[in-house]
Amino acid sequence: MVGALLLVMMLSPAGAAAGCLLIHRQRIAEGLNLVASVIVFVTAMAVTILSAKGPYLFWDNYIIVDMPGAWVTLCTAIVYLLASIYSVGYMRLLEGEGEKLWSFYALFSSFALTILLSAVMNNAGLYWIVIELTTLVSTFLVGFERAAESVEAAWKYIIIVSAGISLALLGTVLFYWSGSFVLGPVYDMTWSALQQSASRMNPALVILAYLLVLIGYGTKVGLAPMHTWLPDAHSESPAPVSAMLSGALLNAAMLGIVRYLAVADSAGVGSFARTVLVALGVLSLVIGALFIVRQDGIKRLMAYSSVEHMGVIALGVGFGGLFGVAGALYHMLNHSLNKSLMFFGAGNVMRSFGTKEIAEIRDVWRFYPVQGSLWLAGAAAITGAPPFGLFLSELIILRGGLEARYAWAVAAMLILLIVIFVGFLNHFREMYFPPAGPSGTCRVALSAWCIAPMWLALAPLLLFGLWWPSAMWQHFSAIAHTLASGAP
Amino acid sequence: MPVAHLDPLAASIFSLMAIASLLLAFVMLGSRWLNNYLYAFAAESWVIAALSATVGFYGGYPELYLIAILTAMFRGLFLPYLLWRIVKRLDVTREIHEFLQPSSALVAGAFCVIFSLMVGYRVGQSLGLAATVAVLALTVMLSMKLIGFLMLAVRHEALSQILGLLVLENGIFLGAQILVPGMPVLIEIVILFDLLIVVACFGVLVRYLLAHAGTTSSLKLKRLVG
Repeated sequence: MVGALLLVMMLSPAGAAAGCLLIHRQRIAEGLNLVASVIVFVTAMAVTILSAKGPYLFWDNYIIVDMPGAWVTLCTAIVYLLASIYSVGYMRLLEGEGEKLWSFYALFSSFALTILLSAVMNNAGLYWIVIELTTLVSTFLVGFERAAESVEAAWKYIIIVSAGISLALLGTVLFYWSGSFVLGPVYDMTWSALQQSASRMNPALVILAYLLVLIGYGTKVGLAPMHTWLPDAHSESPAPVSAMLSGALLNAAMLGIVRYLAVADSAGVGSFARTVLVALGVLSLVIGALFIVRQDGIKRLMAYSSVEHMGVIALGVGFGGLFGVAGALYHMLNHSLNKSLMFFGAGNVMRSFGTKEIAEIRDVWRFYPVQGSLWLAGAAAITGAPPFGLFLSELIILRGGLEARYAWAVAAMLILLIVIFVGFLNHFREMYFPPAGPSGTCRVALSAWCIAPMWLALAPLLLFGLWWPSAMWQHFSAIAHTLASGAP
Repeated sequence: MPVAHLDPLAASIFSLMAIASLLLAFVMLGSRWLNNYLYAFAAESWVIAALSATVGFYGGYPELYLIAILTAMFRGLFLPYLLWRIVKRLDVTREIHEFLQPSSALVAGAFCVIFSLMVGYRVGQSLGLAATVAVLALTVMLSMKLIGFLMLAVRHEALSQILGLLVLENGIFLGAQILVPGMPVLIEIVILFDLLIVVACFGVLVRYLLAHAGTTSSLKLKRLVG
């Protein structure tokens, strides 16, 4: 059952990509991608629910469906669905790219496929390869608009991320080496094999390998100070791609850190490993806060907000325990929904006002009462204001930090979140309630394709802020338990 | 083939090859001409291919012969050829804006090696392998990593950056052959192919860079800041 669902989930974006490549028709490509995303969403939902029954292994243990992995596929599937709906409207607004749309959708669905695959890889080496593949596919999506800025962003993206991720490969090799003292020179490097043999590994080697892996995948996650590619790539790619990069890709890379952290825990170097992760998380919040306060570009604002939220998730994972892990996973979901909403809004505004500069976007409310309200609500949500989901998940992470005795990190997180709240919403005040002066001009009427996904993202966000399903809480506590105990 | 009980002859051959490839990394670091980088990179890949074959012979891993052939073909011939074509098309023969003179870069590289030796020695000591080839392998692996990063940091020409990335990965390949020769062959093969895709992507990107940004030097890429 799970295997069949998984196969359908992987084959549908693959089929869509193949279809787009074979039939060079943009309407068909749009349709194929949309259908694939709906199938992925439905199957990912089912797989996530079924994953609670214990991990399922396929294909000689190369593929695993476990709860953390399934959760990441679910977050990915949600963003993929929303972004596919949105891109139907958005990509038609781009001038001069119309005839290339089939290649956009082929790349877009392959990008979704690689992210989904990375979450179910059971072999640490193959996980690395799939993460590298996500970079290769998304580079062309980042550079899709072919403006000089986009090409620059794509170049920085591939250079920085490939260099970073090669550190993760070195760390992977060193993990394999340290495992070979326990399991013999040739073994299957599955997550559970690593975790179970970790207690007999050499701690010094594990620390070295863990730090390399953390820096490597941390580059991909966008943790400061390795975040430098992120604002460029997120701001220069088309808006649906930005949403996928931010809401789906970053989580997939974070999953690697979560899994290696569990190995480090079992090796008895957990407290050091956690402290490093927490420090990186706090640093990401600092960088996020500094750049959010003084930001000129609307999509760069969203990108730095991603740095901030990855910092928050890193803090949750680093704090560990039931509250830390549950908060981090909940935050992943909320951030995926909310950041998609924010990028869609930013894309709409960018197209209608014809600019990326915050200073030139004025009177949003007057021009767009409905989508303006949605976007503003999303802005309140992303800064962690109640009654939205992010308020709850950040609160849980803070509580996890207090339980784990990281009081300094909790204090820093609280202060920085307040700074970000003020800084972020200040930009929105300028865009919605401009001081008297020349008001902006707006050009384009937005289609329903551009507005509908914003509704779809905001509704669950509000729901999760008001009501936390108890089944979800049980799911999270089971995940926290498996990560802590080492049993796969 | 545990590194601890190695035939002395095999150990010295491994050490020789590891040091030879480290020296070639220094050749790349100390030269200004893009063609020299390429030759040094190709030679380094051949040394690593020979090392795979030797490890396969002494450790009894026949599949490493396959890896050796693939390494020699891809990294020794095909990748340098692709890059050579890019060089010819770009009409850039040397690094013009370097951050550090090659001589200073060599000194910095030497410090990288000393640092890696310290790390490698510490780890080797805690594993009880202090006097074996493992320390050397670890040192060479880490120092090629650091030298690769140094090249990425101080060079601005697009091609030097690609080569810097490839040196990063060469270091891992070299160390992995000695330390974990049993690491699943499938992964190694996929990584080889992966590299090929990377270089193909780079080829396309370099062309875009030239067409849209008008230059292949990353110094000119400063539209996106803040």
